[in-house]
Amino acid sequence: MTAVLELRGVSKTYGTGAAEVHALVDVDLAVGDGELVAIMGPSGSGKSTLLTMAGTLELPTAGEVFIGGQPISGLSRNEQARIRRRSVGYVFQDFNLLAGLTAAENVSLPLELDGVNAKTAHRAALSAMRQLDIEEKADRFPDELSGGERQRVAIARSIVGDRNLLLADEPTGALDSVNGEAVMRMLRNACQAGIAGVVVTHDAQLASWADRVVFLRDGRVVDQTAAPMEPESLLVQGS
Amino acid sequence: MSVRHALLALLSEGPKYGLQLRQEFEARTGEVWPLNVGQVYTTLQRLERDGFVESDGSDDESPQKGFRITAAGDDELVGWLHTPGDIGAPPRDELVIKVLIALTLPELDVQDVIQVHRRHLIEAMQQYTRLKADADEDDVTLALVIDAELFRLDAAVRWLDAAAARAKRRTRRGAASTTARKSQPSPARRAARSVEVSR
Repeated sequence: MTAVLELRGVSKTYGTGAAEVHALVDVDLAVGDGELVAIMGPSGSGKSTLLTMAGTLELPTAGEVFIGGQPISGLSRNEQARIRRRSVGYVFQDFNLLAGLTAAENVSLPLELDGVNAKTAHRAALSAMRQLDIEEKADRFPDELSGGERQRVAIARSIVGDRNLLLADEPTGALDSVNGEAVMRMLRNACQAGIAGVVVTHDAQLASWADRVVFLRDGRVVDQTAAPMEPESLLVQGS
Repeated sequence: MSVRHALLALLSEGPKYGLQLRQEFEARTGEVWPLNVGQVYTTLQRLERDGFVESDGSDDESPQKGFRITAAGDDELVGWLHTPGDIGAPPRDELVIKVLIALTLPELDVQDVIQVHRRHLIEAMQQYTRLKADADEDDVTLALVIDAELFRLDAAVRWLDAAAARAKRRTRRGAASTTARKSQPSPARRAARSVEVSR
């Protein structure tokens, strides 16, 4: 398995002197293609900072972030921005869809911003929406969609084109548990199709959809789950 | 619930008499597990036989007989606190007691104890979720059975999260007033007892 995302000895410090905050301390994390990793930890443990570093939105104070094996700190700002546009997809808690664009236009937007022509971008958008079983809502506007449908569109936007890293911050937001589960099922399927996924959540039920759960405390990785046993072993235990 | 390990935890603070052990045990477990003196002495005799405690050798039934923990007893206690329980059955009571006891041991990092149990619970949740993920989405019966397990385990994880947050807050404030509180039943302990009775 190739590491699509790797954080090697990553630390992030905000402020100086008495106001210094160590948001991340010497974090090592590798996520391969096809793998979904959940990051859990209490408020202030560094979950969102980790996602910010993984998405190259900020550079670490120490250590290095690699995307597709490429160290980010050696790249120019333009090159970093290109990686964000082409390789990284984001899913936010509140969907962040543009109200004036249709579902398909929202999904194709990252490609068009990257210079892909409108027709090709639209085709890619429909393909991503088909994968999430939401293609029939392509011409609807966000306010004509339910919460679960909006999040499907947001996930389609995060995987459109050749993106290979999906970063999600509390992606089930205010959805109920069954719709939240549907979102996690889709993220899992998207990852199994060959994308590396990192999802930040405080919800153990959502985290349990991940292949691996990494626990943060005070900016440090303190623990992670072992590779899961085959599901059949549960039935044997319970019988 | 392990009376053995609770007594070891109390003795890890220093030598104590049998009667004193009974009183402190009840005070620290929120008085939800009343113990009689006989139970305390039987357990202490077994602990002595196993090499986990030593007595000062006076009369067996004397309330003035003192006990102290051995190095093997210390190892036994720490091992037990870090050993996840059987989560096939409702794990909450054992979990609660382990965390309550861990909180009273100043040399132990309660966050580490909590994390061992949190990981164990979430690993079990991952296995149940994989069953659900691999099943037909329309198999409502299976989903509901699995959900029941997931919600039960999730409740324990949430309780651990709350325990971790409270323990952290307590560490920040300092444990200065802890000793004073232990000596008499607090309103929280009385509430815990009434919850136990109503179960």
